[in-house]
Amino acid sequence: MPSIKSKHLIRIQDLTNDEIYAVLENAATFKEINERPIKKLPTLRGRTIINLFLEPSTRTRSSFELAEKRLSADSLNFSASSSATVKGESLLDTAETFDAMKVDMVVARHKYGGYCNILADHMDAKIVNGGDGIHQHPTQTLLDLFTIYEHFGRIEGLTVGIVGDIYHSRVAGSLAPALASLGATPIFIAPPAYQPDVPEELGAQVAYTLDEVLPELDVVNLLRIQGERAQGLYVPSLREYSALYGMNSHRMNNLMKKDAIILHPGPMNRGVEVTAEVIADPRMLVLDQVNAGVAVRMAVMYMMLGGDGDVE
Amino acid sequence: MSNKTEQVTDAMVTGSGMVTLIRGARLVDPQLNLDAIGDVLIAADGLIEEVDIVEDGGSRISAPDGACVIDGTGKILIPGPIDLHVHLREPGQEYKETILTGTRAAAHGGWVGVCAIPNTEPVADEGATIRNVLDRAAETAYVPVYPYGAITRGQAGKQLAEISDMLDAGAVGFTDDGHGVQNPLMMRRAMEYAKVFDALILAHAEDEQLADGGVVNEGRVATRLGLPGQTGLAESLQVIRDIELARLTGARLHICHVSTKESVAAIRAAKAAGVRVTAEATPHHLVLNENALSYDYDTRLKMAPPLRSEADRKALVAGLVDGTIDAIATDHAPHAKQEKELEFELAKFGTTGLETAIPVLLTDLVATGQVDLPCLVERLSAGPRRVLGLESVLLQPGCVADLTLIDPEATVTVTEDWLVGKSKNSAFIGRELRGAATDVFVEGVRVMADGVVCD
Repeated sequence: MPSIKSKHLIRIQDLTNDEIYAVLENAATFKEINERPIKKLPTLRGRTIINLFLEPSTRTRSSFELAEKRLSADSLNFSASSSATVKGESLLDTAETFDAMKVDMVVARHKYGGYCNILADHMDAKIVNGGDGIHQHPTQTLLDLFTIYEHFGRIEGLTVGIVGDIYHSRVAGSLAPALASLGATPIFIAPPAYQPDVPEELGAQVAYTLDEVLPELDVVNLLRIQGERAQGLYVPSLREYSALYGMNSHRMNNLMKKDAIILHPGPMNRGVEVTAEVIADPRMLVLDQVNAGVAVRMAVMYMMLGGDGDVE
Repeated sequence: MSNKTEQVTDAMVTGSGMVTLIRGARLVDPQLNLDAIGDVLIAADGLIEEVDIVEDGGSRISAPDGACVIDGTGKILIPGPIDLHVHLREPGQEYKETILTGTRAAAHGGWVGVCAIPNTEPVADEGATIRNVLDRAAETAYVPVYPYGAITRGQAGKQLAEISDMLDAGAVGFTDDGHGVQNPLMMRRAMEYAKVFDALILAHAEDEQLADGGVVNEGRVATRLGLPGQTGLAESLQVIRDIELARLTGARLHICHVSTKESVAAIRAAKAAGVRVTAEATPHHLVLNENALSYDYDTRLKMAPPLRSEADRKALVAGLVDGTIDAIATDHAPHAKQEKELEFELAKFGTTGLETAIPVLLTDLVATGQVDLPCLVERLSAGPRRVLGLESVLLQPGCVADLTLIDPEATVTVTEDWLVGKSKNSAFIGRELRGAATDVFVEGVRVMADGVVCD
């Protein structure tokens, strides 16, 4: 079993291309195990993992927690409401407190970019970024890549549209550089206010409308549009956003390639970035992504904590 | 005007009662076009008594009986620098800095005077608070403190502060620094009112709506680090607005901590057109750019305005050289560890600067050939006095002996221990620098000797 060289997984760039493919391969094995009636492996028995979620999260935290349980790690959840940070404890005190508890890994989510980097500087534990501000969300990227790879059998050469509020999206912040590094072509599809300052810095091309590039896309990744950022300052209204950038039956059936797939990091806004008809279509793989999420996170933790012996 | 200066200097001891002879230093005073080896004799009344240029090695001033003789060989003597932009934090935030610790840091850095920003708690926005700062300075300061008052009550931007009352108390200028004055009509009225007294308005130019919560410069680095960016136009548009208001009203305007090439261009054009505008730049904006920020999210590099692009930095240096930028001011902004050891977006803005300025400027601007020494001295010493309307200090007999001796070969490693200020949030921690002030004289009184502040 190959391990991951980098101590932490904070930016997707912490992984080499070979390591990304190794994660995807191991995840495939874990995905099979997740189909079994008994899904638990002893691999990380005795290891302690803290899920430090200072920003609300349902699916990412559940996904990590399931992955940890299935690998037999002991895990603890600290959420925004239960954590001391709401009582004014500083980042460093939080880091030192958990460090004193001798935990092996911290999975951290926070609404501020760079949170994990600062944790890493002050802890012995390995850090996995569960999403930091508008910066990165590397395990989401790995599950996106898994879903793409599983479907196409390759990543290189694919054209991947990422549609929506790219600027505020840590999903895009990790996915685009990974795709570029793996030889795919990421395109950010959004009006200028939703584009990052310098899209090329993330390895992405830019398109201002969906319809101009939709026929070229192999993968359409729809980002969640947050209501407060779609009412006046960034785009005029959800209605107009939906008309220009929403994935609907017309676009799916008339403009999109027949063999293209549609992804969404969830949670979806039905009727905004995606319609119910699209969600019901077999080319919409959002549940495959969720399924892959547990397997990918098992693979990451297994490889980072150096589980011994074969997965089987 | 003269009344004001007297009140400020009253706070200091006049003259040391000590005669001092500085021998064989390189005397650099761009105001006199002077750059030569010489001797300087400081009389007991705190004035320069004699300056002799040494033609060929031999000293020409003989030491009077009892004089303190300082060997200036290999060192540089300049008219003492004044820092136009210092957050002394007293009253109200003494855990960050006090008038005592801040002026002690100033002396350690080679400054002979500092201007105090009024964003204290309470804000210095009336005569009583200005007098309080001057009283505390008289009791505790190592170098003179020139207080600014707020433009608006509580720096809240809603109501003009009592500018006349503060001038009477000794304020040397008015600023809401920490924030820009967001309402253009308020800024217009402030300038119109200041004009009654020919008072100086100092602008912290930042359009908060356009800044949109950005914590680093908008651009590549913001994208890479996943931090909200702030366009340089948040500054430049307000600089342009304030220049036009100064043109309209005829008021004296000073632009604080200029950081963008667009601001430099606007100030240059305004000066050419006769607008009464001056400007300052900080050492950190002159020598660092946004690329200093990396994945360690070092909050010591978080300041307002943010570190900008290399093109902006180069424009600042060009502005410094051609005189568009009148003064180098540190924007010394001390913060406690717990205010900096935080998520980047939550950490306070600001870096300390009093102690690192001269070493940084000598190492990164002069030694690299970007700025020559006389120009640097002009922007540290004469420029700030011109901005404030203070009397010039020249290296010639009869002038007040506010002098700084610099050892260009001194090596400094910036560590928390080396910094004597109360807070250690320096953007230059860890840097090895070459050149530092060793001796500082305020009206002839030696406040630092051989690199050690005289307590």
